Amino acid sequence: MTDHIPAASLAAYTAGDPGLDDAGVWAVEVHLENCAECRARLAELASPPLLTLLDDVQVMIDRGVRNGPEPVRRRTWRRLAHRWAVWSVVPWLALVLSTVLAAFLLDREFPQRPSLVLLLAPVAPLAGLAIAWSRRSDPAWEITTGTARAGLELLLRRTVVVLATVLPPLAAAGWLLDMSPALWLLPSLAFTAASLLLGGLIGVARAATLLSAGWLLAVALPAILTANLPVVVRPSSLPVWAAATLIGAVLAVARAGDHRRFN
Amino acid sequence: MVRMVSATELKPTTYAWPVETTELRVKAGRHLAVNGLDLQLGTGVHGLLGPNGAGKTTLMRALSTVHRPSGGQLRLLGEDATSSRVLRPLRRRLGYLPQHFGFYPRFTVREYVEYMAWLREMPKAAIPGAVQRAVERVGLTARADSRLKALSGGMLRRVGIAQAIVNDPDLLLLDEPTVGLDPEQRVEFRTLLRELGTDSCVVVSTHLVEDVVAACTDVVLVDEGKLVWQGLPAALIQIGEQGGTGDSPAERGYTSLLSSHRSAS
Repeated sequence: MTDHIPAASLAAYTAGDPGLDDAGVWAVEVHLENCAECRARLAELASPPLLTLLDDVQVMIDRGVRNGPEPVRRRTWRRLAHRWAVWSVVPWLALVLSTVLAAFLLDREFPQRPSLVLLLAPVAPLAGLAIAWSRRSDPAWEITTGTARAGLELLLRRTVVVLATVLPPLAAAGWLLDMSPALWLLPSLAFTAASLLLGGLIGVARAATLLSAGWLLAVALPAILTANLPVVVRPSSLPVWAAATLIGAVLAVARAGDHRRFN
Repeated sequence: MVRMVSATELKPTTYAWPVETTELRVKAGRHLAVNGLDLQLGTGVHGLLGPNGAGKTTLMRALSTVHRPSGGQLRLLGEDATSSRVLRPLRRRLGYLPQHFGFYPRFTVREYVEYMAWLREMPKAAIPGAVQRAVERVGLTARADSRLKALSGGMLRRVGIAQAIVNDPDLLLLDEPTVGLDPEQRVEFRTLLRELGTDSCVVVSTHLVEDVVAACTDVVLVDEGKLVWQGLPAALIQIGEQGGTGDSPAERGYTSLLSSHRSAS
């Protein structure tokens, strides 16, 4: 808009002239919002009582700003935590971390026995995962499930938090025990992907429980009893774990729709 | 407080009913709690009445897309809610207060309502204003920064209502919203309901016949998962004037409709 408001219209607007119809008032106001020059002309036209009124309002606003309630503090960290994590996983993560620590200490004492860290690594994230996405432990599950963001997106955010808490202690244990990182990392990622995939069909909590129980009974327990490191956690089976992780992750994303409703 | 109205909100709708069910069946566990329900709800406030175990909560869960129907048709806001592809855009336009309102005790009122607004995928810039408005509408401005664990039952219920209306839903589902509210708050809540019902479809499930008569434009009576009666509150009162047991005409209408339905089946 290059044309300014004609003096006649501006005078009619200032005087509150009923001859200026709604469309005219609207046009004047839209122009005034963007034009400092016309606002200055408007101020010159204003009558003294109006200027006094405006001064009074300004004083009152200033007083309100000084004495009124403080603006709400922006708490970015808290908001970030709310959007990514749930409180209920905290005790479970503490339990998992102490288990990893115990396994590490035992491994260091008895280096010739099959490594407990390696046997535990695949199922370490699953406890947190089961808690992060279950009806029983999430008090607001019913409200959350009915929202647009519910489903794989929310589940993945919580999974990332669980992995970010569980993997560093495993990494530290593996490094101190002088193990290849792929040996513990790939199996735990493969089991996480499998839980997400299976969880779409039978529920994440149920899937995580089933997979951990299966692993502990079929692989970990026999290994501890026979004192033989099973072939599945030896370096020779790494390509299989890598393939399983990749396929599991791709399938879990492809089946994202399964998580739209709680199972 | 005045809110900007966008062009998409003013667009005419392309569906006849915000809620339309045909032969709807929904399971609660193994029990078929909603069994062949035919229902059409338009814009306005609908009071869902029925005895305990009539399938009200299960129906609300199906309408809020939390439970998948096991049979029949369910169309919400013109979309087929049984297919999971439309769920995400559909859910942005829903508001839901469940019967068991679960909450995170460490959140403040504002944080909780803001979190729910975020979950409903509201535009980032609109969230703070919408949260403040929702909190003001339920009368919790003074407690907006208290933690949820420090609130009384009635206040929590109002937080529940605030989170349900924060995204200005086209379809609002409230399951037992007046539980724990004192008489004054209930009167205020009815005013809020009437306001909400002018341009969206509100479904209120309740036991209290007087709430329905006072605030609803339409009464839906269900029993054993089936529709028993649907009509105006005035019509319910008229039925009550002809007989039935209860303390008010509306209650008498409710009991006489239920007993005549039971003796017929």
